[in-house]
Amino acid sequence: MDYLDTKGRIFDIQRYSVHDGKGIRTIVFLKGCILRCRWCCNPESQVYDIQEMKEPNGKIRVMGEDITVREVMKTVDKDSRYYFRSGGGLTLSGGESLLQPEFARDLFRAAKDRGYSTALESMAGVSYDKIEMVLPYLDQYLMDIKHTNPNKHKEFTGKENTLMLENARKVAESGKTELIIRTPVIPGFNDTPEEIRGIAEFASKLPGVKVMHILPYHRLGYDKYVGLGRDYPMGNVAPPEAEKMAALKRVVESCGIECVIGG
Amino acid sequence: MSSFNTTRTAKSPRIDGLIHDLYEKMPEIEASRAILITESYKETENEPMVMRRAHAFEHILDNIPIIIRKNELIVGSTTIAPRGCQTYPEFSYSWLEPEFETVDKREADPFYISNETKQKLREVHPYWKGKTSSELADYYMTPETRMAIKHNVFTTGNYFYNGVGHITVKYWEIIENGFEGKIREIEDELKTCKITDGDYERKHFLLEAMIISCKAVIRYAERYAALADEMAAKEPDMKRREELKNIAKNCRNVPRKGAKSFYEACQTFWFIQQLLQLESSGHSISPGRFDQYMYPYYKKDIESGVITRDQAQEYLDCVWVKFNDLNKCRDEASAKGFAGYSLFQNLTVGGMTVDGKDSTNDLTLMCIWAEDNVHLPAPSLSLRVWNLTPNEVMREAAALTRTGMGMPAYYNDEVIIPSMMSRGISEEDARDYDIIGCVEPQKGGKTMGWHDAAFFNMCRPLEFVFSNGYEDGEKVSIQTGELESLTTFEDFWDAYKKQMDYQIELLVNSDNAIDQAHAERVPLPWLSCMIDDCIKRGLTTEQGGAIYNFTGPQCFGIANAADSLYAIRELVYNRHYITLQEYRRAMTLNFGKGLDEVSVSKIASAVAREMERNGQKLTEQEITVIVKNVQNSVTDDDRKRFQTLLDEIDALPKYGNDIEEVDYFARDTAYLYTKPLGQYKNPRGGVYQAGIYPVSANVPLGAQTGATPDGRLAHMPVADGIGPMAGRDVNGPTATANSVARIDHGIASNGTLLNQKFHPSALQGEKGLADFGNLIRTYFDNKGMHMQFNVIDRETLIDAQKNPDKYRALVVRVAGYSALFTTLSKSLQDDIIRRTEQTAILE
Repeated sequence: MDYLDTKGRIFDIQRYSVHDGKGIRTIVFLKGCILRCRWCCNPESQVYDIQEMKEPNGKIRVMGEDITVREVMKTVDKDSRYYFRSGGGLTLSGGESLLQPEFARDLFRAAKDRGYSTALESMAGVSYDKIEMVLPYLDQYLMDIKHTNPNKHKEFTGKENTLMLENARKVAESGKTELIIRTPVIPGFNDTPEEIRGIAEFASKLPGVKVMHILPYHRLGYDKYVGLGRDYPMGNVAPPEAEKMAALKRVVESCGIECVIGG
Repeated sequence: MSSFNTTRTAKSPRIDGLIHDLYEKMPEIEASRAILITESYKETENEPMVMRRAHAFEHILDNIPIIIRKNELIVGSTTIAPRGCQTYPEFSYSWLEPEFETVDKREADPFYISNETKQKLREVHPYWKGKTSSELADYYMTPETRMAIKHNVFTTGNYFYNGVGHITVKYWEIIENGFEGKIREIEDELKTCKITDGDYERKHFLLEAMIISCKAVIRYAERYAALADEMAAKEPDMKRREELKNIAKNCRNVPRKGAKSFYEACQTFWFIQQLLQLESSGHSISPGRFDQYMYPYYKKDIESGVITRDQAQEYLDCVWVKFNDLNKCRDEASAKGFAGYSLFQNLTVGGMTVDGKDSTNDLTLMCIWAEDNVHLPAPSLSLRVWNLTPNEVMREAAALTRTGMGMPAYYNDEVIIPSMMSRGISEEDARDYDIIGCVEPQKGGKTMGWHDAAFFNMCRPLEFVFSNGYEDGEKVSIQTGELESLTTFEDFWDAYKKQMDYQIELLVNSDNAIDQAHAERVPLPWLSCMIDDCIKRGLTTEQGGAIYNFTGPQCFGIANAADSLYAIRELVYNRHYITLQEYRRAMTLNFGKGLDEVSVSKIASAVAREMERNGQKLTEQEITVIVKNVQNSVTDDDRKRFQTLLDEIDALPKYGNDIEEVDYFARDTAYLYTKPLGQYKNPRGGVYQAGIYPVSANVPLGAQTGATPDGRLAHMPVADGIGPMAGRDVNGPTATANSVARIDHGIASNGTLLNQKFHPSALQGEKGLADFGNLIRTYFDNKGMHMQFNVIDRETLIDAQKNPDKYRALVVRVAGYSALFTTLSKSLQDDIIRRTEQTAILE
């Protein structure tokens, strides 16, 4: 079978993304995730099943579509000239894209065939052989590390982080891709200087890792929870103030690693 | 390689003071020019018009009150009141008196007017009856044209009521040689005139008129020199005293002689810029490639250590403030179309040189910074971009865009230069183009472009297909058949094409009538002496003296026309979902979304007229009944059907979403305007060239357009420029840009306009600036012509919250997350509104 005919399940494609990798990019969101992060802003990404979601205007949207690599690339290709000008390309996000490793690999392969740069937003919570499948086609791995403490990680996301931390080391040691560590800053979970320092120290010891992104918690997923008929797990937690983010940035930098707020 | 210094200069503390003083009061109308020109005209009634114009200009410059404002370094003010305006009765005057009592209270561009000024204007106005350019233009127009204007199919009011402007003169020549040099040139030409020449009378007296005008300008500057000396003598502050002495010295040297310093060059520039508007009443008098012709003076002074870069920046910033000291009072209706006290003085930087190299220099960047330092509406800044434009320039420009002031606008050399060459402009001249007014390219110093010649609403001819050329019981357009006769989509398309062709003919008649009237009644000898080849030809620019002559009327609403025609093709002819008659009824009843007063009275008067035609006379009471019936004629069942129709229309693909088929359909629609125009000629021997941009006319003219087949409700704004209908492009800025690039921009050589809206976070950090630059460059790779940006501020978001339909495409990106703003709930929208205030200041 032609790799362009590989099928997978996505729930959105977003063009002109400038915050998730180099240059101007298109993000393809793959459906299905192993974690259930309380702050997740894409709750429609979590289950693999196709779902209906009600938008604030009352319209029902079907979330989830089975689609071939060829079809996805038709949309991705529309902005090819923007990628060439800016060094941008295709980003896969989710959900956890690596739950559909063949599909992810073949999307990246198609992008590389066309000369686009590739990036993956993922928390690496799968067996390393699945990660290895995409590495040959991957320019940038934006890897989520949310906490260093396995128990706290489990409490807030549903799973321990041992496998992810191990995978982070393996990816870094492979030298096959540019690894960037990303940390969502969630009030009440990981927003103390100590916790952020823990992640930054871990990141700074990974070979080749130069940059860490800290992403302030936001409430933009709220409507989607309502639309899916779910309670919003974060309640009224307020997003961190700009000053707090700036202070955490300094904490990261004190560990000898570059830090960007917002990616 | 171009070389330039990217280190940002310092801003002088003087600038904020100048701005503060300029904006302290509401601008004011003054009467001195109107009085002086009337005095002069009364004395010169038997003279040729060019001599009368020159004598009047001279009389004004010798006697109009002058002022040097506090702490100014560059002088020259048209009014004593800051940001005041003079009036120009020789173009039109009759609109002003009825507005005396409202002009200071109106919403768009209010002006204060004193009782004394009112009285003086009342005294001089009667003289002008039957002598204005507008009255002669009206005489020249055919009844059919007047009818089309009455029904707002298009509007040519701008040049009907005012001067033309829309020109770049040869500032560089005067800066180099002074007006003494210019007078020598004219005198040399005079020597070649023999009294037996066939054109002797015309040419000789024009040249005389030019000399009179140039000498008057020299004397005007000397009045400033004397005033500066006088003020210096009384000035207690030593530093200011020196400044005033320098001003006096400047004004004695320039513009009489060539400028010897950058400071003098700035002063020369300003006198020309100011006085062009005092002579012509035109707007969009545009400085052209300022960074290019000013550079030699800057370079010499920097290299010889006469000034520092910071001082040069201060002179520039002072000029920038002065642009805002000029003003124009328009009639209330026009003021709405040009809202913002704008004179559209458009200053161009960057781009390719005449010999095909990159032109960037220090001043390119310093002009961008001046825009940021001064942060006022004028001048408009245009950045020319081509493949070799340095990234550093794109970065500084993007940083300016990020401030949210809507500047600069970006222009694509790679499309504009060949487009101009296709109109017969030489390659060298095309490479040297600058931007006039809003978006119009021309070769400065050689062109009378008559850009901005009309606003043409693409939706109106479509209405005439449905009404068979009638409106409010009057025959406004040609008859293209009853709807029953349009049995195929090709029939419908042809009918629209015929309506377009006919209205374009009327538009040409209107513009040519005004053009001819300007040539006869308001020729401009002084302006003309700075345009090639008026001196040699012995003709003013109004009479065809310029080397390149165009008329550039612009259309807008392409997106509505295209989406409408597409909807008709799909719903009426392909799917037989609805008949044209039912479609017409739905639109007449505004798709069941309520009828405003305008709609009700239109429908009622149509019914009343029909009854009168059948011999029935109607009383007041009967008319009231008709109105009631109209209001009650929409049943619940109607509303339901209309809503379903709107949903069907909504589900159709729309222009602006990167769908090739629809976009190419829009391209063909645009050709219905751009192609036929090219065959027409103007009285100056030039051709017509189309533009696709609306200034802000898409709002007031949309208010005069009924509901359209694309689902746009009655009297709502029409799509602006070449872009998609507001709210219908939902795939982000790259998709919009790809769609818009599928329209043929090259044929619209009078300019196209694409507005994009951005949230400041999309331009955050160095990466944001770089991505933004690459977005523009890619649109330009795709053969787009122009792009400008509104960075969304808090007010926009609040408006979007209230009017979601207008903003359906508004993407906000906050903290790495993108969302269509209007799809979010109120609490989240509030969240983003709060964040916008934060991100706007993030570096």
